[in-house]
Amino acid sequence: MQNKTNIPAKTLLRIEDLHVHFPIREGMLKRQHASVKAVNGISFTLERGDVFGLVGESGCGKTTLGRAVVGLAPVTSGDIYFNGQRIVGLTGREAYERARHIQLIFQDPYSSLHPRKTVCDLVGVGLKLHDLAEGYEIDERVLALLNRVGFSIEHMYRYAHEFSGGQRQRIALARALILQPELLILDEPTSALDVSVQAQILNLLKELQSEFHLTYLFISHDLGVVRYMSNRIGVMYLGSMVETGLTNDIFYRPQHPYTRVLLSSLPSIDPDTPHIGILLEGDPPTPINPPPGCPFAPRCPECKDRCRIDKPELVQHGQDSTHFAACHFPHLE
Amino acid sequence: MTTQPLLSVKNLKVHFYTLRGIVHALERVAFELNRQETLGLAGETGCGKSVTARAILRLIDPPGRIISGSIIFEGRDILTIDEAEVRDIRGSQISMIMQEPKMSLNPVIRVGDQVAETLLIHDRSLNRRSARRQAVDMLAQLGIPDPTRMAQRYPHELSGGMSQRIMIAMMLVTRPKLLIADEPTSALDVTIQAQILALMQTLVSEIQTSVLMITHDLGVMAETCERVAVMYAGDMVEVGSVHNVLKHPQHPYTQGLLQTVPDKANPDQPLFSIEGNVPSLLEPQTNCRFAPRCAHVMDRCKREIPPVYNLNGDHQAACFLHDGSPEAQAV
Repeated sequence: MQNKTNIPAKTLLRIEDLHVHFPIREGMLKRQHASVKAVNGISFTLERGDVFGLVGESGCGKTTLGRAVVGLAPVTSGDIYFNGQRIVGLTGREAYERARHIQLIFQDPYSSLHPRKTVCDLVGVGLKLHDLAEGYEIDERVLALLNRVGFSIEHMYRYAHEFSGGQRQRIALARALILQPELLILDEPTSALDVSVQAQILNLLKELQSEFHLTYLFISHDLGVVRYMSNRIGVMYLGSMVETGLTNDIFYRPQHPYTRVLLSSLPSIDPDTPHIGILLEGDPPTPINPPPGCPFAPRCPECKDRCRIDKPELVQHGQDSTHFAACHFPHLE
Repeated sequence: MTTQPLLSVKNLKVHFYTLRGIVHALERVAFELNRQETLGLAGETGCGKSVTARAILRLIDPPGRIISGSIIFEGRDILTIDEAEVRDIRGSQISMIMQEPKMSLNPVIRVGDQVAETLLIHDRSLNRRSARRQAVDMLAQLGIPDPTRMAQRYPHELSGGMSQRIMIAMMLVTRPKLLIADEPTSALDVTIQAQILALMQTLVSEIQTSVLMITHDLGVMAETCERVAVMYAGDMVEVGSVHNVLKHPQHPYTQGLLQTVPDKANPDQPLFSIEGNVPSLLEPQTNCRFAPRCAHVMDRCKREIPPVYNLNGDHQAACFLHDGSPEAQAV
């Protein structure tokens, strides 16, 4: 995991044509007769210091993508490079090293913290496992980080059940940050929380990002939250990336019809400006047998014959060299 | 009779007698719901929105108990009539849509039969076949493609959005006067949510039902409701028209809540967050429940319960800030 040259490369994470398929085995011989194509050919890069927001509906594969990066989901084909080094299928010592640099925050803070360990143990365990500190030094570093996320010394020896959802999520953050990772994958970090607590966590995440020079892969289904957090956004649909670009480009100049529908479905908080929503027909198809053409074609309001046969590539359509859409007939100004 | 509100809840108090003590889940809930109106009930988790909904149907099970208050529905107090009458009201005059549609459907009965069952229970004169036909008609009205075949399916064959449609069919097939929707779209994706909300709105205006919409999503509220009631820790803090409450909130909690939502206009501004946590409901209410987190807190707020002040017209807020202001009067 060490960088050959000492100057950190600009690109932190590069994903190339990643496929994650889960086999469905049925029958007495457990023969594989189909597979769930959770992630079906995704490529993108994360620059150092980016906050890349990954949005999409449930079941579109965004969580699986995040898990594949930390090695929790089996990669069928494709490559993931971290700091220029390939990290697919690492085992043993190397997988250990990867864990130090890439940390994952889970969605549900109620099930991701061990109920029988104190906060000090929970947060300090990483230091112990990686031999980064020992003895009282662990406690000192744990306390320093707990202070940073808004706790004091009296919280050190309490158990997870004594904390509220927002507090638990801050403990999880402290646990991830104590290893000084470079990349933090946040899998719906606030969707289990109330709005007033969500605001606290989001602000803290923003502060920590600049303080610790972190790069975030921020997975969420909440477009408002993603917009607030990220500088770049990727929109996923049925295992494919349908559009990526800078946050403002996605929100003001969406090119892919799915992104446009997604944005228009967002209810507006202002009762005086009723939004004109584009209503979609039907439900998302299952990722077991995705349609041969564009994954969005069966529900697309602007679907043409070509879309059903020919799967569009994620390419640049407009003037912006950072804005890509996978659509044959994108919306351009 | 027609000028009276359809539902009027006054001073509703619900406590839960648990091993850890008495949980004062609802302390002072009061609101009115007019005919053919959609009232939104907003608030965070644990503030008592769902308990209010269940109390209206008298579905509070032990250890919970309705301590005091009145719930006048169509001139009758639901809390004093006998159980048989309440059972008659449930499902036929007041129906409720739950958050998790999959949990509320029976997994071993075809969905068409489940919709028909609602009809059969409330109308003895119907026979099974015509009830089934009405159920299929209802599914067709909901825009479900091929309703005859859909009625033959089991809940596990349906997606989340489709199950919620079946739930809506089940609840509206008896043409109730009041529909309580408890977070009907929180378990669904945004594109499906938009479908379901649009569907609910057309149906509700077709069969002229009033709706009590419980949601924590202020956007959903702004879009579907005419009036809004905001709750905090079992206490009603603000009631008013959707325009007044969302554009000119008068209670500090409502003001804070609105600012915690990422703003579309200036996304770079740090989000406002209300400091602290929701108070424990184990102690009875002796002051303003929001006082420990309030930016405008006064000494008085920590000692007394603020009365509900009537601001101009149909806007009420329970906050001492409005004490003495010319248009405000205590209720």
